[in-house]
Amino acid sequence: MDRRTFLTGAKEKRNNQSFRTLSGITSYTGVWSTDEIIHLLKRTMFGAKKSDIDFFSTMTMEQSVDYLLNVSSLQIAPSPPIKNYSPTEDLAVAVGETWVYTNPTESGVMGERRSSLKSWWVGQMINQERNILEKLTLMWHNHFVIEMEMVGNAIYCYQNNAILRKNALGNFKQFVKDITLDTGMLKYLNNYLNTKSAPDENYARELQELFTIGKGFDNATPPYSEDDVKNAAKVLTGWMIDDVNNTYFFKSTRHDTTNKQFSAYYNNTIISGRTLQDGALELDDLLTMIFNKEDVSLNICRKIYRWFVYYDIDAATELNVIEPLAQIFRTSNYEIKPVLLALFKSEHFFDVVNRGCLIKSPVDVVVALCREFNVVFPDVTDFDANYKMWDWLHSCCTSLQQEPGDPPNVAGWPAYYQTPQFHQIWINSDTLPKRNIFCDTMISSGYTKNGTTIVIDATAFTATLTDPANPNALINDAITFLLRIPISQTSKDQLKTDILLGGQATDDYWTTAWNTFIINPGNATNTNIVKTKLKNLYQYILRLPEYQLA
Amino acid sequence: MNRRDFLGKALTTAAIPAVIGGFSLRGFAANSLLQRVLSSAPPMNDHVLVMVKLTGGNDGLNTVIPIDVYSNYFNARSNIAIPENRILSLNGISAMGLHPSMTGMQTMFNEGNLGIIQAVSYPNPNFSHFRATDIWMSGSNSDDVLTSGIAGRYLDYEFNGFPNGYPNNIMPDPLAIQIGSISSLALQGPTVNMGMSISDPTNFYNFINGVEDPLPINNAGKELSYVRSVVKQTQQYSTVIKNAALNVTQQSSYPSNNSLAAQLKIVARLVKGGLKTRVYIVEHKGFDTHSLQTDLTDTTIGTHANLLSNLSEAIKAFQDDLSFLQIEDKVIGMTFSEFGRRIKSNSSGGTDHGVAAPLFIFGKKANALVLGTSPNIPVNVTDNDNVAMQYDFRSVYSSLLQQWLCVRPTDIQEIMLQNFENLPIIESLSCNTTTYVFNGNGYWSNSSNWVDGIIPPTNVFGNAEIIIEPQVGGQCILDRSIIQTVSNGASIIVKSQKTFVIEGGFIQN
Repeated sequence: MDRRTFLTGAKEKRNNQSFRTLSGITSYTGVWSTDEIIHLLKRTMFGAKKSDIDFFSTMTMEQSVDYLLNVSSLQIAPSPPIKNYSPTEDLAVAVGETWVYTNPTESGVMGERRSSLKSWWVGQMINQERNILEKLTLMWHNHFVIEMEMVGNAIYCYQNNAILRKNALGNFKQFVKDITLDTGMLKYLNNYLNTKSAPDENYARELQELFTIGKGFDNATPPYSEDDVKNAAKVLTGWMIDDVNNTYFFKSTRHDTTNKQFSAYYNNTIISGRTLQDGALELDDLLTMIFNKEDVSLNICRKIYRWFVYYDIDAATELNVIEPLAQIFRTSNYEIKPVLLALFKSEHFFDVVNRGCLIKSPVDVVVALCREFNVVFPDVTDFDANYKMWDWLHSCCTSLQQEPGDPPNVAGWPAYYQTPQFHQIWINSDTLPKRNIFCDTMISSGYTKNGTTIVIDATAFTATLTDPANPNALINDAITFLLRIPISQTSKDQLKTDILLGGQATDDYWTTAWNTFIINPGNATNTNIVKTKLKNLYQYILRLPEYQLA
Repeated sequence: MNRRDFLGKALTTAAIPAVIGGFSLRGFAANSLLQRVLSSAPPMNDHVLVMVKLTGGNDGLNTVIPIDVYSNYFNARSNIAIPENRILSLNGISAMGLHPSMTGMQTMFNEGNLGIIQAVSYPNPNFSHFRATDIWMSGSNSDDVLTSGIAGRYLDYEFNGFPNGYPNNIMPDPLAIQIGSISSLALQGPTVNMGMSISDPTNFYNFINGVEDPLPINNAGKELSYVRSVVKQTQQYSTVIKNAALNVTQQSSYPSNNSLAAQLKIVARLVKGGLKTRVYIVEHKGFDTHSLQTDLTDTTIGTHANLLSNLSEAIKAFQDDLSFLQIEDKVIGMTFSEFGRRIKSNSSGGTDHGVAAPLFIFGKKANALVLGTSPNIPVNVTDNDNVAMQYDFRSVYSSLLQQWLCVRPTDIQEIMLQNFENLPIIESLSCNTTTYVFNGNGYWSNSSNWVDGIIPPTNVFGNAEIIIEPQVGGQCILDRSIIQTVSNGASIIVKSQKTFVIEGGFIQN
């Protein structure tokens, strides 16, 4: 019995609805084949490109996971967004130059800057390196939410994004500290207005409820008290934003210097009031107290799990996966990378029960489609054209109900917390047709702006497959790369006959057409036939319900 | 026609300065009285066209066999020729007969339900299955590439604006249904595909009965099941199709193990069940008979004989069922194949890709006659000799559009893109429309406002059609003293941008 059979056998049916596995974070030692590579890539990146699959097929599973989690400092801090909008607006910055370090000299330009930032972000995802950074950055955005439209100042929004990237694979405790003092977060959750005379509890509450402690296994009963929120707010008084230099600073005269008494949940900790600039150090005291609670590690590991594996965390998963991962998290002093390494190398992650069950988020639909089909974007030197393409893709994500930069509220997208539907929230009778229309657009006419088009080149994609002249191999390959749940042989045969063979019985009809296309692409009639058939084939596949799963 | 004017009105009620019984309707909500009056109009006619594709290129010479030039025929293909004494005769026709396996269609011809059009093709024929199929589906010239299909353009003409505003009261059903997902080009309209597919009869019965491919027993299966459930919600036509199918519990018998028969059985069921769908496409595969198309010793049996037998039996059973279901007045069918085959058989007992082939029109309203003559077959036939074209396939389409789907002769070129010969293939008067056109300005009762001075009777029905198209700046006013009734398939059309004021009474049944 091989490993996969064993793992499959370990699952049990529960309530006719959910399926659980007893597998835990023991290192996976089973088969390492295309199927496993695609599973790993679709979960850690936006889609599994053929070239990436080929790349990792020469490595072991361990090497592959190590590679995906190894992000260079250059990749962590990509060149920032630039002015891609009207030269007559935002005169402080030249077109093509970045605006992230320059305060505007006129009002009313922050909207353009935020749009630039959002487009740029989509561009980062489209052009992602061969690692987990982009998917992880989006996850942290969903965790440490800001809504850019509410923050307003695009420089703060950019700085927030930079902090997400810098800490994505770093130390979570440092991450929380950085986010607490982030200009974007100070503004979004009003902590810059939190003073001893007029305490604002907004950040103090979300810091515990969402960012660290969480609301418990049932996501409904916070273990800390309302007084803990009030006292944390007092600790967090005095932080402000320097809107000239776009940095945070601590103003001791606004800080509450009294002692802060916490509840039994925090072991009745008292954070002693500090005076003058020492008041700033109370933040460290607060984080030390919070990070002494195991709930932090459990909450974050559940969040990671729901993003990368599946939304349903049953008692067995909590026991065999979440708790051991949380243990690793604490033991490593809240380093993020060891947790991710353990998760992605685990038999639980590769368990067949956990494959193909993740409903793609809108961003995953949009970005992965472009990447998996190797959609060609304008030359990098033509930033204007690229930003226009990215902007359109961003609007597609928005219309599919996931706008990077503007989640609906501080809790993030409901798909990651709203019981019992979770990821299923992404798909409804409005968004599913829109997903189909997006795919239809990309496989047919594409998107054109100012004479530049992004579109799926069906023949170029097909040429990357193993044996495109063989209609059986072509369909098998396409299904393998694009779907996680294989369709039946009957369906494959029907696709072949109805589309590639145009109803004919002999495979040779396709083989001849394809080979003619390769030898003589200038034969317009034949080329048109080949292109049409491939478009129809991929359109069909992209419209299968199976395509919505990763 | 033209339905689009009508729909255009119905969808923009708020902008119509119309008055009924003295009450202005301007600014009424979407469910206003006028809209209900307009949108309760029945379709222009209830005619259905069924297209039967014989995929692979049917060997026409062994389907409709020449008797008048039999010896040349026999010389050209002695290894597969049908013995003269086995050819099925057609009443009143001496020049040709049918393949011996086609007894069903022989009966249909003799009973007046089958027409034959000889040697259908197009100039500069193409021998590629793919390209030739596209040409047949799109109605293009041999050297042009059209990205829309003939049926798609027709449906776009009849239901302009689809899919925006559909389904609606006038057309609650799919415009077209194809069974066995052939090339979708036929139903491709100028911008969107006008049809929906039922991938195969098995899937259809699974759909009707709620049976699906099994789900994986894991979380992936759980999520797939969820997505599928949303897919069903969004397939807006699934319910109407299912209900139409469930309306019909009894049909006459069809041959078993005959895929075409199974497909046609579904068509009959859906038509009887009440779908207003105008076009159905079904497929009969396997006609690419390059080798061994007949038995080695008995040329009347074998692969091609089985194909024709299935074709004939399926169509006969379909026609009998239409009669049983009392919908035979509503349905016309046509067969077509992307090309015919060579005159001379090859040495492997088959025939290679050729040019023209006969085409069948079937249905109670079909003209039971043979158009054209037996093909010219040279005495010393060569490998490359082909059956010469007598009729352009686009003439067949064009004639069906006019004579069966009742497209106005003046509008036909909009769909066909060129002018083609009008062939007498459908019983005359099938589209007999009495048209009354208001082209003046002022009161309904003033005969000088009507074309030829003919005012519609106060109750119009059947294929009657009233067109309100006042002169520029004018309007049509239904007199206070008149109660006008439009019923039983008749219709009234207010042309785009024209004004119709109802002071009297207007009843539409």
